[in-house]
Amino acid sequence: MEEVKLMKGNEAIAEAAIRCGCDGYFGYPITPQSEVLETLMVLEPWKKTGMVVLQAESETASINMVYGGAGCGKRVMTSSSSPGISLMQEGLSYIAGAELPCVVVNVTRGGPGLGTIQPSQSDYFQTVKGGGHGDYKLITLAPASVQEMADHLCLAFDLAFKYRNPVMVLSDGLIGQMMEKVQLPDYQPRLTNEQIREKYPWATLGKKGRDKQNVITSLELVSEEMEKVNNRLQQKYREVEANEVRYETFLCDDADYLLVAFGSSARICQKSVELLREEGIKVGLFRPITLYPYPVSQIHEYAKQVKGMLSVEMNAGQMVEDVRLAVNGLVPVEFYGRYGGMIPTPEEIVKALKEKLMA
Amino acid sequence: MTLQEIIQPENKVYGKTPLLTDTPMHYCPGCSHGVVHKLIAEVIEEMGIQDITIGIAPVGCAVFAYNYIDIDWQEAAHGRAPALATAVNRLLPESCVFTYQGDGDLAAIGTAETIHACNRGENIAIFFINNGIYGMTGGQMAPTTIEGMVTSTSPEGRDVMLEGYPLKISNLLTILDGTCYVTRQAVHTPATVVRAKKAIRKAFENTLAKKGTSVVEFVSTCNSGWKMSPHQANQWMAEHMFKAYPLGDLKDQ
Repeated sequence: MEEVKLMKGNEAIAEAAIRCGCDGYFGYPITPQSEVLETLMVLEPWKKTGMVVLQAESETASINMVYGGAGCGKRVMTSSSSPGISLMQEGLSYIAGAELPCVVVNVTRGGPGLGTIQPSQSDYFQTVKGGGHGDYKLITLAPASVQEMADHLCLAFDLAFKYRNPVMVLSDGLIGQMMEKVQLPDYQPRLTNEQIREKYPWATLGKKGRDKQNVITSLELVSEEMEKVNNRLQQKYREVEANEVRYETFLCDDADYLLVAFGSSARICQKSVELLREEGIKVGLFRPITLYPYPVSQIHEYAKQVKGMLSVEMNAGQMVEDVRLAVNGLVPVEFYGRYGGMIPTPEEIVKALKEKLMA
Repeated sequence: MTLQEIIQPENKVYGKTPLLTDTPMHYCPGCSHGVVHKLIAEVIEEMGIQDITIGIAPVGCAVFAYNYIDIDWQEAAHGRAPALATAVNRLLPESCVFTYQGDGDLAAIGTAETIHACNRGENIAIFFINNGIYGMTGGQMAPTTIEGMVTSTSPEGRDVMLEGYPLKISNLLTILDGTCYVTRQAVHTPATVVRAKKAIRKAFENTLAKKGTSVVEFVSTCNSGWKMSPHQANQWMAEHMFKAYPLGDLKDQ
């Protein structure tokens, strides 16, 4: 039976984790996402599903616990907010390099530095352009509602194991803290060690039943071999780009102008579209759901039919670079953003569109 | 008597455990790592726990430990092995998890992970090679470098007023309630090798009995880093290192 509940985005993450068969959560408190760990500790999933929940000594430890758990073929995750995610970049690079599946939730806040605890989308670059060292990619999902917090968490685990790659759920303090109705997923049993041995023959569960040892590592000192490792990774990323692009459109078909926005910004932009439509201005909203892989060709196709696009973000202009790359000069691409924890109003966005694209 | 006649089971006095692979070790001649690897492999074989043992390798000279001992391994980022081991132990409580770490890995960059894993009393064994130097990167000063010891980043000898004191991290770990066994061993003589092997066995037994964290420190040589012959290095260790790091059990509960 599917249940509908009223809850915060952060609580939805915790509920969904237990329900989608998560084996372990390792995290460290940081505003505005501490409810994830708090909710898990209240729900005590170790009594119900056997899921391990552990408060680590730092985000560095959290992500390395995730590495250890992922190496055993377990469904493991962590969550944090921007400064904590910065600390995890080393671990994420290792996890990507060792080709391990895991889920990381970033409930972002304004930076740089200690910044603010208010919502922001200024971790876009860090998430989709690298963050840690080396050529790697994080599959990135951008939920725009509490419902999607739950849905994306489960999807993130599926994608992580499909591609043996870390998946980031890039949320923000607005979605993490706001309460909405959520239809929670059904309980999915955790895999047994025997099932893991069968499904994930690479997992380090102990050598039992195998002639060959399993080794989880990202190390390869011979350059020729390390290039091959990178080739394999790049091939995987091309496959992800071909198969996993997700996006949503709102009144785009007859649009003269497009707002492009993800997550919280997209929620606000939806209202802006309605306001502009009331004035007779044909505007649509294009919402990338996967930030990596980015809906490049889809945005390019729309560029052939609109007069311009406005990228609306809660940062100083990050995703706009990808919109411009996708549009490739066909039409003007402008940017409007608020940052440092400020949230744009629908009216501000209406004004920005008129000034930047219609003047 | 021909060679074939000599190679008979009844004449066998010593054998290599099959857990040690045939991969040639990259360690310098005279280095303690090879001996400690062999002891760990022997104990795993003798205890019959090859199928349930998972090792966590460090960053440092022992980064390739997984090439030499035939069990499942995970290779950690520098200093993070106890965090990996924590998760493996919690998610696979019936397994036998150990980390193998050097002094830079365990006592500098990974200090927080070490202390907190020990403080939580994770059911893991920590094997700690203390040779007072960063071997792999070419002989820089380590947190455990003893006073006056010359390294490439303390060319005039470690000046404690400038660079702080050698970190006696095993002593520090004894005061944590999560540790059940902390001992300091060496492998430079037959007698110390025998004692060190007993300590490794005890650490694994504690782990299987879920008694908490066991830490076995091996005061070790790095003759290449120390710029000595293997024999000189053993002598220098006995004369100088053992003063700062006296051998014996620090805690046994």
